[in-house]
Amino acid sequence: MSVNGSQRVDLEVVANLIPPQSRVLDVGSGDGSLLELLQETKQVDGRGLELSQRGVNECVARGLSVIQGDADKDLEFYPDKGFDFVVLSQTLQATRNPKLVLDELLRIGNRAIVSFPNFGHWRVRLSLFVNGRMPVTKDLPYSWYDTPNIHFCTIRDFVNLCEELGATVEKATALDAAGQKIGLSMPWWFWNFFGQQAVFLLKR
Amino acid sequence: MAAPRAGKTNNEADQPSSPVLRFGPDKPLKLDAGTLLSPFQIAYQTYGTLNDARSNAILVCHALTGDQHVASTNPVTGKPGWWEVLIGPGRIIDTNRFFVICSNVIGGCLGSTGPASTNPATGKPYGLDLPVITIRDMVRAQQMLIDHFGIEKLFCVLGGSMGGMQVLEWASSYPERVFSALPIATGARHSSQNIAFHEVGRQAVMADPDWHGGKYFEHGKRPEKGLAVARMAAHITYLSEAALHRKFGRNLQDRDHLTFGFDADFQIESYLRHQGMTFVDRFDANSYLYMTRSMDYFDLAADHGGRLADAFAGTKTRFCLVSFTSDWLFPTEESRSIVHALNAAGASVSFVEIETDRGHDAFLLDEPELFAAIKGFIGSAARARGLSA
Repeated sequence: MSVNGSQRVDLEVVANLIPPQSRVLDVGSGDGSLLELLQETKQVDGRGLELSQRGVNECVARGLSVIQGDADKDLEFYPDKGFDFVVLSQTLQATRNPKLVLDELLRIGNRAIVSFPNFGHWRVRLSLFVNGRMPVTKDLPYSWYDTPNIHFCTIRDFVNLCEELGATVEKATALDAAGQKIGLSMPWWFWNFFGQQAVFLLKR
Repeated sequence: MAAPRAGKTNNEADQPSSPVLRFGPDKPLKLDAGTLLSPFQIAYQTYGTLNDARSNAILVCHALTGDQHVASTNPVTGKPGWWEVLIGPGRIIDTNRFFVICSNVIGGCLGSTGPASTNPATGKPYGLDLPVITIRDMVRAQQMLIDHFGIEKLFCVLGGSMGGMQVLEWASSYPERVFSALPIATGARHSSQNIAFHEVGRQAVMADPDWHGGKYFEHGKRPEKGLAVARMAAHITYLSEAALHRKFGRNLQDRDHLTFGFDADFQIESYLRHQGMTFVDRFDANSYLYMTRSMDYFDLAADHGGRLADAFAGTKTRFCLVSFTSDWLFPTEESRSIVHALNAAGASVSFVEIETDRGHDAFLLDEPELFAAIKGFIGSAARARGLSA
């Protein structure tokens, strides 16, 4: 379920967080790009959960272990700490209950990796400020009435949610519009303004 | 070989044209009914060559009225094997690469011990004297066949419908002997509606005066009418409303007007009658009772304290489940509940739902998406098993 029009620059950032031979569940595995990358470069034991049947069929035809399912409904069937890493890549904003989903990720995985588009990015702010309309940008190309992205958040919002769920941020990375990492020493407000996407490594 | 005629016993039952493995009194088959079946025999077909490591064996489990002739001409009907679209040299399941085994299930009528087989105690066909056979009994017998080949671990077990139930039973009962499992269009239990349809079929057979309490061979008869009706009713459940409408609509059969009678005015009637009539030529009525019963009794969760996940606890088997959108006999939800149980057991599982209007029977047909899924799954399992391409 790739619900973002940009190139998936976050995939490599995510992959770099995962050590070889880990057990990985990729929630919202799309066409299987991340799982394939992880299997090839990290020899992980990878599984996927994907909403669109087309994505699932593509993944299985590529030899990946993927099932059709909904992050909002089907995570409850996974056992506690069944995976080393649970990845939710560019999908959080499309879930009905992001808080519950994040809670489930932290239950199922020893660590959770979450990447999402930052609604606090200056382009989004500017678009709303100048036009007074819901932002439609190159990376968030949907109109408000047909978008699958029903729960956008900013980096700061996400940090607050993590605190509420008792999750520790072990590592966080913001990517600018060019997909480059923003320097580690920058304060949250800076990331929240210039980060177009964020990748968080969480533990609870 | 000619089709068996009314009044004659089915020769394929005792002396099949397939290889047969016979188990003497020293090797009885333990049945869930609480008795032992002995002696008994298993008729089977194999395709391809078992490699030196004995690691390339694929067991195909057949469905309710299927048989061991999965990839070669059926000796009774003269038709191609029932899964030749999938299995053969150069096919998705390539017999140049894999050693494919398919055996007639216990209770069947094409050479494995079933109700049409001769009961050695009486010299007459078993009829209803054969104990009720379960899916687990079938799998227990298959396991003895696999032992005979010296195969410790099957590379893959696959099958659709009743075959899929056997696949699930294999994975649950002998997890260490199944590297990968591919249950298609199936369920971990038979639903109430499915039991109901089966009961209609059985009652149709038993209502036929030629059934004679199951002893029809001794009366020189066969309950052809009853079995044909059973098949007609069942056949509807293998299709879908949309597919029936697409194929037949309300089209009339070889006529321009309704006849105001009870001939087969409609094409669908004629089609079903044909299905019923050709079925009785190739299948034994009592065997139909036994096969349907085995599916009705299947409930894998009940065998594990009501929790399906426990049927697969600690499994290392790689699973791929497939369902079809228009299958109302084994709807997607049945597969999904197995997937959830496998998730809970921490198993490696893929699950594909294929969009088609061809209903339950889609698993036997040329469905490109089904083949793509099977190819992807078998390919990645083969790499994991270290089998060369």
